[in-house]
Amino acid sequence: MTRAVDPEGRAERFIALEEHESTHDRLVWGMRQNRDKAVAGVPEWEELREQASQIKEHTLTHLDQYLEQFEANATNLGAHVHWARDAEEHNAVVYEILQAHRVKSLIKSKSMLQEECGMTPYLQKRGIEVTESDLGERIQQLSDEPPSHIVVPAIHKLRSDVAALFAEKIGTDPKDSDPHSLTEAMRQNARPKFIAADAGMTGANFAVAETGGFVVCTNEGNADIGTSVPPLHVASIGIEKLIPRARDLGVFIRMLSRSALGSPITQYTSHFHGPRRGGELHVVLVDNTRSDRLGSPDFWHALKCIRCGACMNTCPVYRRGGGLSYGATYSGPIGVILDPGFDLSKYRELPFHSSLCGSCTEVCPVKIDISDQIYKWRPIVAAKGMLKLSKKVGMSALGMTLAHPAVFHAAESAAESALEHLPRFLPYNPLNPWGRHRDLPTVPKQTFRQWYLENRRKS
Amino acid sequence: MKVGLFIPCYIDAFFPEVGVATLELLERLGCSVEYPLDQTCCGQPMANSGCQDDAAATEDLFVHCFQDFDTVVGPSGSCVHHVRFHLDAIEQTPQARKVRAGTRELVEFLHDDLRVAAFPWAAFPHKVGLHDSCTAVRGLGHVRPSERVNEPYFSKTRELLAKVPGLELVELDRPDECCGFGGSFCVTDEAVSAKMGYDRVYDFHRHGVEYIVSADMSCLLHMKGVIDRLKLPIKVIHIAQILNGGPP
Repeated sequence: MTRAVDPEGRAERFIALEEHESTHDRLVWGMRQNRDKAVAGVPEWEELREQASQIKEHTLTHLDQYLEQFEANATNLGAHVHWARDAEEHNAVVYEILQAHRVKSLIKSKSMLQEECGMTPYLQKRGIEVTESDLGERIQQLSDEPPSHIVVPAIHKLRSDVAALFAEKIGTDPKDSDPHSLTEAMRQNARPKFIAADAGMTGANFAVAETGGFVVCTNEGNADIGTSVPPLHVASIGIEKLIPRARDLGVFIRMLSRSALGSPITQYTSHFHGPRRGGELHVVLVDNTRSDRLGSPDFWHALKCIRCGACMNTCPVYRRGGGLSYGATYSGPIGVILDPGFDLSKYRELPFHSSLCGSCTEVCPVKIDISDQIYKWRPIVAAKGMLKLSKKVGMSALGMTLAHPAVFHAAESAAESALEHLPRFLPYNPLNPWGRHRDLPTVPKQTFRQWYLENRRKS
Repeated sequence: MKVGLFIPCYIDAFFPEVGVATLELLERLGCSVEYPLDQTCCGQPMANSGCQDDAAATEDLFVHCFQDFDTVVGPSGSCVHHVRFHLDAIEQTPQARKVRAGTRELVEFLHDDLRVAAFPWAAFPHKVGLHDSCTAVRGLGHVRPSERVNEPYFSKTRELLAKVPGLELVELDRPDECCGFGGSFCVTDEAVSAKMGYDRVYDFHRHGVEYIVSADMSCLLHMKGVIDRLKLPIKVIHIAQILNGGPP
């Protein structure tokens, strides 16, 4: 078995950084509150959710047709369309395009798919300089960390962290943690790289089958600099990004940024229809386990995701433990249900990094049953024999105790006689973990059953 | 009305007074209540950990204990939620289907089924904070979830508490934030669970509540652990106890 990521341990270390955790919780919960306010301004929100969900379900159940339609229309617009079965093929296709154009350096705007494919390290290893154009993502790149949030990748960092990072990497004054001057310093540092880049890369939020165009939403215009300055544009698009018609955008664009940040729309919603004059456009359509998921009755709905991050913002576990605790490309509730599909063994602990509160399902703009899917991943982990030993043994003992009334009542009596006997019938041995931050319950003199026998069944 | 009383394992062991209050309350409201003596648990602890095989015998026992009742009432949202929505480690026999469909959580039974108009014996002159459990909010629909901002507000729990003279409900900063209990999550994800518990309890404390009331004793068990550790002047109480006129 692959070594599992340890979300609980990582979360514990983040929580130990008290200021980080409390700031993170406050800021991320603030995004949830802003989402609530924005949604309140759209009375037909629940209808939009239903429409969005239905459009995605329709598209996913006719995906072969829409992909071919997109390919034909994009090609007519002058784009080169490539297909990639998995991450490796994606990276190889991208590298081949870049090599053919003798690309030495490129700028890319944030793309979860390119993260998922591990593209940046792949290209860097082959001598290509990669610069992120999204400020938060650039911070993460300089920190050698993956994004901790789909929309706000460096949200887990304090201003002082960024000041220290920039002082080390781009020579700013370590005492200066003013966001404006830090941003300006990064602008001065990154602009020359943007101007000199040989290629620009983006992902896509939506690909429209009927037009062959695609849409990239950003708040910094960072996708636009990458596609406007260098002559070559390469876009990586997951096959689940398809929507049938341009008019369907009206549903999704209204929901995306309201769900994410609570703003009515992203600052930039850029539509790409073929290469710009004198330029070249390549589109790489990527599967990378998506077809497998499409064939799964319990989990295919996760492909509806539009990567808004609303489930992260509302998740009480994500807010406390931070996005890096998931140890995966996708964090938060959506990560919990996506990551095991990539590597069950590595991500086997993630379905348990949830209190199953269900808030994620309620905020999801495309009505993914996220919480139910988290629950459904658990027996899959158990059936593969991948549960932690303590849990495996504990649940087996608990199951046997609770299946036999006499055994259960004997265990209760043992607990009654002395508190230290508790672990005998609460077999996940709660004493140590529970007692670290919480007092134990007192054990009453009588169980309810004993009271009932004395008071209601005197005969 | 004949009712089978379902007292979850941890209430039986740790909070018998909640079982007693539930029983007395149902009797006061004219129900003929019977407590099947062989019941233990609904199977949720094992099933929530993914251990369907370990849950099956307990789920079988649950069905066996309650198959003769048309209505089963339990004072716990999460356990009732398990019975209704997740009792699927066992074969779905007619008996299993009958028990699942007939199992009601106390608040919904009082509010939807009995439509209780008044609790003349109850009075609770205290500042109270309400904690609806996540399964009660988003699983059983006791209250409009905070995420559904455009739907008309309702809360079955509040409607019941409004019938108790003297009780003053206090508003929180985060009305339905999870307390972090989450079953075995509270020990396997200890740091996150405890931090969620602290944050939840401090929300109540900031607003000066004397009592935290809930229809779910498991959340209260968790928050009581936090309150006792922090030595805060807050007590926890199950809604059955308030509606039954107690505690003294």
